[in-house]
Amino acid sequence: MTKYAAPGQPGSVVTYRDRYDHFIGGEYVPPAKGEYFANPTPVTGEDFTEIARGTAEDVERALDAAHGAARAWGKTSPSARAQVLNQIADRMEDNLEALAVAESWENGKPVRETLAADLPLAVDHFRYFAGVIRAQEGGISQIDEDLVAYHFQEPLGVVAQIIPWNFPLLMATWKLAPALAAGNAVVLKPAEQTPASIHVLMELIADLLPPGVLNIVNGFGVEAGKPLASSRRIAKVAFTGETTTGRLIMQYASENIIPVTLELGGKSPNVFFSDVAASRDAFYDKALEGFTMFALNQGEVCTCPSRALIQDSIYSDFLGDAVERTKAIKQGNPLDTDTMIGAQASNDQLEKILSYIDIGKQEGARVLTGGERADLGGELSGGYYVTPTVFEGDNKMRVFQEEIFGPVVAVTSFSDYDDAMKTANDTLYGLGAGVWSRDGSIAYRAGRDIQAGRVWVNNYHSYPAHAAFGGYKQSGIGRENHRVMLDHYQQTKNLLVSYSQNAQGFF
Amino acid sequence: MARVDLTSEAADLLRRLRASHGELMFHQSGGCCDGSAPMCYPAGEFRTGSSDVHLGDLAVDSDADSFSVPVWMSAAQFEYWSHTHLTIDVVKGRGSGFSLEAPLGVRFLVRSRLLTDDEL
Repeated sequence: MTKYAAPGQPGSVVTYRDRYDHFIGGEYVPPAKGEYFANPTPVTGEDFTEIARGTAEDVERALDAAHGAARAWGKTSPSARAQVLNQIADRMEDNLEALAVAESWENGKPVRETLAADLPLAVDHFRYFAGVIRAQEGGISQIDEDLVAYHFQEPLGVVAQIIPWNFPLLMATWKLAPALAAGNAVVLKPAEQTPASIHVLMELIADLLPPGVLNIVNGFGVEAGKPLASSRRIAKVAFTGETTTGRLIMQYASENIIPVTLELGGKSPNVFFSDVAASRDAFYDKALEGFTMFALNQGEVCTCPSRALIQDSIYSDFLGDAVERTKAIKQGNPLDTDTMIGAQASNDQLEKILSYIDIGKQEGARVLTGGERADLGGELSGGYYVTPTVFEGDNKMRVFQEEIFGPVVAVTSFSDYDDAMKTANDTLYGLGAGVWSRDGSIAYRAGRDIQAGRVWVNNYHSYPAHAAFGGYKQSGIGRENHRVMLDHYQQTKNLLVSYSQNAQGFF
Repeated sequence: MARVDLTSEAADLLRRLRASHGELMFHQSGGCCDGSAPMCYPAGEFRTGSSDVHLGDLAVDSDADSFSVPVWMSAAQFEYWSHTHLTIDVVKGRGSGFSLEAPLGVRFLVRSRLLTDDEL
């Protein structure tokens, strides 16, 4: 066990500055209106730095810088851009522990997770897109003997990216790596709940990027996000968040006729077929862990397996074991490497989760474990902790239908395959799903029948860069990860070239 | 039948926001990070359409003025919410999205209860 010192404390591997400005045009610049907002850590609820409160003026300045840099950056060779991405990855890897602790302090998630997942995945993501941009090829189509269609990929230009707070560095990386690889300049707005850790990263990598290629404007959605998303000077907007803001961003984009990619959450079913319990072996243990994945990252994951569907023939035994497994989750100081579940990211997030636990009880769902705020004592008393919660109820209940974004799973049973698919697909969303079976045929069919962009079969919550991720239904538009993501940051240029010496014959 | 209501704290906040931003509206969000929460916008900022349901209007009264704030939700989401009554409250926090109150260090929140048999 290791317990990291809090950032800024003696012996800590990372220190936050007292204040962060915007990063625009390769340097830190103060906000035009001179205002800052306090940034608390959810670990204790105490403020630890202050952040520039961006406004439309700052967004314009960032767009000026991005437009100044976009053309030259878009003309660099893929190998040169790949080298920059690889250098970013190397810097992150060399400073992985510092970034992991900074991220944990910022978001409240356990450092065990940032060390093993968030940061290694981000490093790999930059390397992946360094690789795919070099491997990308255009196309040549021979239309006829003398007419040839050449297809080139070109960058969009200046793109806007609005980042969520649940994986501040990894979600920024998911958007940045493909955008930069494809040759775009970026204006990025971090979430106002988690605006600081990206600046720890930025200070490490600032010298690697030409000024203006990556600009960070901090601030609130209504004050900085809206002028960015509605700007006539962006060629695309990428957003991860929720449905109403997603619709609003699409409305702005429709006014400017620009594309959007949206990742808007889910209510992911985790389906356990009866043969999972055919033996109490390693696979059974793996499936129980798969159930408890609802608590990963405090449940603050768009793909949180927040609905567990268990076949009725194994229902009571499996659920009993799963509840025991849930009770074994260690909650504590996020900077302790033994801690498995940390703090919710903000006070309003905590309040929302508690309000859902309340309506769940009113609707008649039974709390099998958890269901309350956790007071961890000492300095952690001011933090935002919720005990992992298992509800048992019916798929029509609101706790089965709405994304709570907390460590809360709603469990119900199904009778047979068709019943499982009916319940799994009875949701507005279609981002993630889990299927657990020892029978490859059942697992395959269920994976194809569930209307979701990512179906994990006999595993959950792994996010390799080379696997496409995105939503069906109201979970969004577009994909992240995988080389297909490049398509969302590139135009297709067609040169249609005639090699014939003769007139076309119309006039 | 009234489906929506608000707390006195939420009413106070709406008065402040209206003084700065003019007439207001709510759209209840679903989904991800800051979702499942009521988003407050200047009236007309968010375009509602045939895919939305108008749940009702919040009446805000004060000595100086009385005004109402419409509350909307997507029709698909309403199918799962129709048996519940919503009270818009406010908590300390930092909601995200483009909701107007976030810079004030507070966040609108929905508190729910089941509609009674009489109400249904």
